[in-house]
Amino acid sequence: MLTDLTIAQAQEGLRTGQFTAVELTTAHLAAIDALNPRLNAFLTVSHTQALDRARAADAALAAGAARALTGIPLAIKDLFCTEGVRTTAGSKILQPFVPPYESTVTANLLRDGAVFLGKANMDEFAMGSSNMTSAYGPVENPWKRRQDEDAVLVPGGSSGGSAAAVAARLAMGATGTDTGGSIRQPASFCGLVGVKPSYGRCSRWGVVAFASSLDHPGPFARTVQDSAILLRSMAGFDPKDSTSADRPVPDYEAACKRGVKGLRIGVPREYRSDGMAAEIDTLWQQGVAWLQAAGAEIVDVSLPHTKYGLAAYYIVAPAEASSNLARYDGVRFGLRTDGADLRDLYERTRAAGFGAEVKRRVLIGTYVLSAGYYDAYYLRAQKVRALILRDFTEAFGRVDALLTPTAPSAAFGQGEKMDDPITMYLNDVFTVPANLAGVPAISVPAGLDANGLPLGLQVIGKPFDEETMFAVSAAIEQAAGFAALPTLMAGALPAPRAGAFPVPRAGG
Amino acid sequence: MSYAIEGRTGAWEVVVGLEVHAQVISQAKLFSGAATAFGADPNTQVSFVDAAFPGMLPVINRVCVEQAVRTGLGLNAHINLVSRFDRKNYFYADLPPGYQISQYEHPIVGTGVIEIELADGSIRQIGVTRLHLEQDAGKSVHDRHPTKSLIDLNRAGVALMEIVSEPDIRSPEEAGAYLRKLRSILRYLGTCDGNMEEGSMRADVNVSVRQHGEPYRTRCEVKNVNSIRFVMLAIEAEAQRQVEVWESGGTVQQETRLFDSARGETRSMRSKEDAHDYRYFPDPDLLPLVLDEAWIADLRAHLPELPDAKKARFIAEYGLTPYDASVLVAEQVTAEFYETVAKGRDPKIAANWVTGDFFAALNRTGRTIEDPPVSAEGLGALLDLIADSTINGRIAKDVFEAMVETGKPPAAIIDEKGLRQVTDTGAIDAAVDRILAANGDKVAEYRAGREKLFGFFVGQTMKAMSGKGNPALINETLKRRLAGD
Amino acid sequence: MSLDLATVRRIATLARIRVEENELAKLQGELNGILGWIEQLNEVNVEGIEPLTGGAQMALRMRDDVVTDGGYPERVLGNAPERIGDFYAVPKVVE
Ligand SMILES: [Mg+2]
Ligand SMILES: [Zn+2]
Repeated sequence: MLTDLTIAQAQEGLRTGQFTAVELTTAHLAAIDALNPRLNAFLTVSHTQALDRARAADAALAAGAARALTGIPLAIKDLFCTEGVRTTAGSKILQPFVPPYESTVTANLLRDGAVFLGKANMDEFAMGSSNMTSAYGPVENPWKRRQDEDAVLVPGGSSGGSAAAVAARLAMGATGTDTGGSIRQPASFCGLVGVKPSYGRCSRWGVVAFASSLDHPGPFARTVQDSAILLRSMAGFDPKDSTSADRPVPDYEAACKRGVKGLRIGVPREYRSDGMAAEIDTLWQQGVAWLQAAGAEIVDVSLPHTKYGLAAYYIVAPAEASSNLARYDGVRFGLRTDGADLRDLYERTRAAGFGAEVKRRVLIGTYVLSAGYYDAYYLRAQKVRALILRDFTEAFGRVDALLTPTAPSAAFGQGEKMDDPITMYLNDVFTVPANLAGVPAISVPAGLDANGLPLGLQVIGKPFDEETMFAVSAAIEQAAGFAALPTLMAGALPAPRAGAFPVPRAGG
Repeated sequence: MSYAIEGRTGAWEVVVGLEVHAQVISQAKLFSGAATAFGADPNTQVSFVDAAFPGMLPVINRVCVEQAVRTGLGLNAHINLVSRFDRKNYFYADLPPGYQISQYEHPIVGTGVIEIELADGSIRQIGVTRLHLEQDAGKSVHDRHPTKSLIDLNRAGVALMEIVSEPDIRSPEEAGAYLRKLRSILRYLGTCDGNMEEGSMRADVNVSVRQHGEPYRTRCEVKNVNSIRFVMLAIEAEAQRQVEVWESGGTVQQETRLFDSARGETRSMRSKEDAHDYRYFPDPDLLPLVLDEAWIADLRAHLPELPDAKKARFIAEYGLTPYDASVLVAEQVTAEFYETVAKGRDPKIAANWVTGDFFAALNRTGRTIEDPPVSAEGLGALLDLIADSTINGRIAKDVFEAMVETGKPPAAIIDEKGLRQVTDTGAIDAAVDRILAANGDKVAEYRAGREKLFGFFVGQTMKAMSGKGNPALINETLKRRLAGD
Repeated sequence: MSLDLATVRRIATLARIRVEENELAKLQGELNGILGWIEQLNEVNVEGIEPLTGGAQMALRMRDDVVTDGGYPERVLGNAPERIGDFYAVPKVVE
């Protein structure tokens, strides 16, 4: 099936005329029409626009003017502003918002010929780890527990729609954003590759801001190579973003083939503490063994402040969010609820437009910045952040990359972990430190848990050394031979199951 | 204590600090590429960044930074090589993002000083606490609709320099002198046009009062006063009010007030009342602003001569009085005008003409020095015609008026009207003869010792010659003939 | 540090989010739960540490002073919930 192809395979098929871009896009639109009513992965499906772009792609292919992503159908997280296409950030407050501009990252993808199928569901303003906070309903994870096919699992969050769409073969790849793990955790939950590049690598211009110093746009794909292809297109210096890095973008696809021979891979001992699930630990050891077998040297390293990352994150991110979300006031765009006077209008608009999790974070952020509390919370958190960066810097003095689990568990059920916010927050314990330090990190599917659900391993690289990160994750991908498929998938056939054991065997 | 409010319990000293918001002269806004020009149609000079659309990001304008540094250098202030932008969070209709990007903890310019000169000729140093860069807000129009305020974001995001003084000012006069001096420096530097009517310079006035020897008492901030005269009136009114509050046993509350120029009083600004908590924090969309010392040195090397230096030079080089020098350097264009007139001529005569007849003509015609009724070259030519005795000083006044009226060069006017000075001794002798003969009684009185009459003879002779006689020759001839020659 | 109801009310006002009286107690509980959990940061010795404000370790880049943007009032006003002429409109603000 066309929807089963990787991006690299589709590029080849398009180039050699095995199928057309219109056929490829039509296959994905049909899959969306069939499965999206159930998965709720897309909030907006752009049939007409996608087919127009596909026709243009075929013309470009015929003219020999194909670019890196010509004709490749993608899903775009609804946090990226897309010109003329409604962009909601998963929030009611932006329900009527149609941006008159295109984000830099999506403009880069369009420049390279990509076809946008539509806008992917997400946690409201990217605040969540389960896609349960979307104002437009939760997303169903296409994966099912082996013994309990009826249970509806979350795809992770906040880029849950993007992850579900790529996993269910509704799109060949997708954009996401990762502020505390919002690409890597759903990638792990959906058996995908998810990349959070270095801070400054992908422009934030035109991406609805959650926490400016932590937000990282990045790609989802089904293979490391595909994610490398997508990142290369998305990345690049953008003079419109003051935090964008003015550095050349290397050939990430080539880096995937480098291998790990001679690389020093750090295993941070602090990630193991606090009652890590046995199967997560086992998978991690497996990853270590794979890399060792492939010629890497394993080094025990210490990141002593890692365990404070999550708490620091839950000060810094809400603080920035409380300010970034002040613009949603019912005056220039988005939802308005009338009030007796301007203040009443603001208060009613924001009460009606924001969901519970967004309100909680805005209030926490307002509090930690307020007079008398700034030093105790915000300033202290920024100092802890400095210590976390220092930990990474010291570790990277000794190793080329770090290997950790991506998430503390596999996908959980809708409605689980909802009792108190902190339980949900703990999902990001392994992913958050890389956001605080701005270093690149990737999640690569490495095995299945006892219920047959995918689990990812995380590779963390040095700042702006995505190449080593890709090389290491490609080696894990190769060793893991991850071939399991989700239950819900384009083609409507019951998913064939691979890997009868909770933890995959070593080797290819 | 020269200025004081006389209360029932004694004299009260006024303590004033000024926060001036000066709009930076630049083509584009501080963090967006939208234009800054004044008077455009509503919302036409607005980018998505200024309107705070989702995903929009700020990128700083180099010239705005340069203007702030140049202003700092002009205020003899310390330039901070590393500064930072913070967000000042509050909700307001004309503040699209819900925060103003400003500099709170680490401003671009630190302490400096402004020297002011008072009417009695005394000089005072007023400390400058800091100068920082920030964004202007948009404009709310409240009087165009019965139930709505209308928002125009053209001004939103324009660069402002907030220049904060120490509480060193002790009278309305000093506040006026400070603002005039600051405006003069800004205009010399070309960093702000200082136009208070268009709002490109606005002042927040912090006022408190105290009795002799006391520490500072509670201050009130009078917001957004838009003329120097109103600043002076607002200080007087607010100080008076505070004295009355204290003397009637009350307590002055720290608050924000507005100056009502029609009533000549300040009133509490209710809308700003609710406890402000701006939740400042470093703007995560921006990075530290790091300046290069060589760049600053280059800016310093290319600063224009500023008013204080120019005044000193005018006194030393041209022998002007401090007062004339102050008047002439207040505006750079005036100083330039003067120096064009004075070049190669008697500088004091040039100063008299510029500050006298020329300024009077500006006032009378309502024209400006940028578009003067008589050019500096024209006035210079007139002075040359006096110096070479083509006309005398009195005729020169008439010629000058004709120049104002007709715009013609002085030589042409002199020729047309036949105003050339008479230096023919025969004609002067004849005129003197006629006057002495007609006033025999006065000649006798003069010779008897009433020497004051000399002026009368000069006047009469000049009149007889239609004002065109050479005054030196008339004097000389009269002296000789009256002496009995 | 634990939030009392008055503080919850105050920060909701600062954040301009209307919170009904009957929602306050639940919100107070949630916020205090989060703040209590965050207090683990007090264990960290941050003596002499410079705060890290952002993910990018570089200095601010400056752009040229050229008009490159604006001049599209229709696009700026096109999403407005309410406009009067070429202005955004809000309930009258009294100074
Ligand atoms: Mg102020
Ligand atoms: Zn200010």
